[in-house]
Amino acid sequence: MNFYPIFWKDMLLIRKKPWKFLASSMVTPILYLVTFGWGLGRGMSMTGGGSYLDFVLPGLLALSAMNNSFGPVSTSVNVSKLYTKTIEEVLVSPVGPWSIALGRALSGTVRGLFSAFLLLIVGLLSGVHMTLSPFIVLVLGITAFCFASAGVAAAMVAKSHEDMSNFNSFVIIPMSFLAGTFFSPDKLPEPFRSMIMVYPLTHANILLRALAGGKVPDAVSVIILTAYAVFFFYLAGRMVRRAV
Amino acid sequence: MIEILNLSKNFDHVAAVKAVNFSVSAGEVFGLLGPNGAGKTTTIRMLTTLSLPSSGTALVAGHDILNDPLSVKKAIGVIPQMLNLDIDLTLAENLEYHGRLHRMERADRTARIEELLRFVGLWEKRDMPVEHLSGGMRRRLLIARGLMHRPRIVFMDEPTVGLDPQARRLIWGLIEDLKRSGITILLTTHYIEEADELCDRVAIMRQGKIMTIGSPADLKAVAGRYVLECLGRHDVPRQFLHSREEALDAGKVMGCDVAVRDVTLEDVFIELTGERIDS
Repeated sequence: MNFYPIFWKDMLLIRKKPWKFLASSMVTPILYLVTFGWGLGRGMSMTGGGSYLDFVLPGLLALSAMNNSFGPVSTSVNVSKLYTKTIEEVLVSPVGPWSIALGRALSGTVRGLFSAFLLLIVGLLSGVHMTLSPFIVLVLGITAFCFASAGVAAAMVAKSHEDMSNFNSFVIIPMSFLAGTFFSPDKLPEPFRSMIMVYPLTHANILLRALAGGKVPDAVSVIILTAYAVFFFYLAGRMVRRAV
Repeated sequence: MIEILNLSKNFDHVAAVKAVNFSVSAGEVFGLLGPNGAGKTTTIRMLTTLSLPSSGTALVAGHDILNDPLSVKKAIGVIPQMLNLDIDLTLAENLEYHGRLHRMERADRTARIEELLRFVGLWEKRDMPVEHLSGGMRRRLLIARGLMHRPRIVFMDEPTVGLDPQARRLIWGLIEDLKRSGITILLTTHYIEEADELCDRVAIMRQGKIMTIGSPADLKAVAGRYVLECLGRHDVPRQFLHSREEALDAGKVMGCDVAVRDVTLEDVFIELTGERIDS
C-alpha cells in the first residue's frame, strides 16, 4: 500500500491554510451548539436529569465528525475528478486504487476528528458534563473514517457537481436531522425508530451518548458502525478501481 | 516501445477510435496529428491506462495495457492537455508529490526537482505557488512533472495548446532536448508546424481512423513538393507539383494571379480528407 503520498498532500494543503481549515471545521458545529444547545436547549430539561446541552454535545461531536470528513473529501475528490483533473496524475501513477481510497479516507478522518475535538473543547469550556474516555476518540475515528470513505465513493460515482449536491440533500442532511443527534431515538414510535436505526450516524450517536454518560456502549452499535466503515471503504476502493 | 493492436473505443454508440494500429520505436518522436475530435486524446488515454479500450489492446514498454497496467504506469510519463497541477502547492511541492507517488527516495527527489526545474527554466520560482504562474510556465512545470520519475516513454497531449508563439518555441526546444536524450515520445497535436518540426513520424487521424503514417518529409513527398494556388479564387483547385519550374509553368495557364509554396502537412491532410485540419 502506497497511500502515504495521498495523505501527505492533503495534510500539506491543510498546513498551508490552517485558519481556513479551522474556520470551516468549526462553523457548522458551533452553529448547532448555539442554536440547539445554548438557544433552544437552555430552557429544556431531560428526563433522568442533566441538561439538554449535556445530551446534545455527544451527538454534535458525531455530526461534526461526519460533516467534516464527508464534506471536504467528497468535494475535493469530485472537483479533482470533474474540474481540475488532478486525480488523473494519481490514476496514471503506480499507486493502486485501495491506496488512493485509503489516503483520502485517512485525510478525511483527520479532518473529522480535528473538528470534533475543537467542538469538544468548546463544549467542555461551556460547562457541559460528560465522561471522557479514549473510546470516544475511537468511536469518532470510526465515524469519521466511515463518512470519509462514503465521501470518496460518492464523489467517484457522481457524474456532476449536481449529483454530489443531490447526495448531500437526500442522504447527508436528512441523516443530520433524523439520526438522533438532537433527540433520543427511543422516543420515536415504530416504524420510525427502526428506520432511523439504519443510519450509521444513529449508532455513532448511541455509542457516544453511552460513553459520555459513563455507560458501557452497546455492542450491536459498535458492530453496525464498524461494518458501515468497512463497507464504505470497500465501496470507495471499488469505485476508485473502476476509474483506474 | 509502443505497439498498438486494433485499438478501438466506443462511447455509447459513437466510435471515437476505430481499430487503430501503429507502433513507435525506442527513441522516436511520434505524432498523432488531426483535428479536434479525431480520437487523438482518446487513443492516448487508453495507452496511459486512463481509459479501457472497447476492443483491441496495446503493448507499452513491453507491457499489456489491459493485463499489466501497473508496469505500464511505472514506465510512462504523462503530460496531459489539461494543466492539472495543484495550484495551492509550490512548484517544488508539485514535483515532490509526484516523486512520492512514484516511490522515489528523498535524496533522489530533491536532486531531481532541482535538475528538472533548471531544465525547464523555473528553478528561481521553485517556492512560488503554482497559481501565480503563467500558462506557459505551468506547461513547462507539467513537462518537468511528467519527467520526474525518469520514464522511458512520455505521452504528451497537445503540449503547446493555448500558448503564444514564444512559449510554444520554448516548449519545442524542451521536446527537442528530450528527443536528443533518447526518450520515446508520443505526442498529439493539431498544429501542423509542431508535427512537422518535432516528429520523426506522424500518423494523420480523422474520425477515429489513421489515414496515413510516415515521416513528415515522406508524407509531403507523396503529395508533391510544391503547391500552386490561384490567389483569391477558392473555386480553382490547388495543384501539387514536383518542381518549382513545373509549378511556375502550370501557373502561366491558370488565368489568375498564382502563388507557389512548399507543401505542408496541412496540404497532405486536405488531399486525404478534403477538409482543413482546423475545420
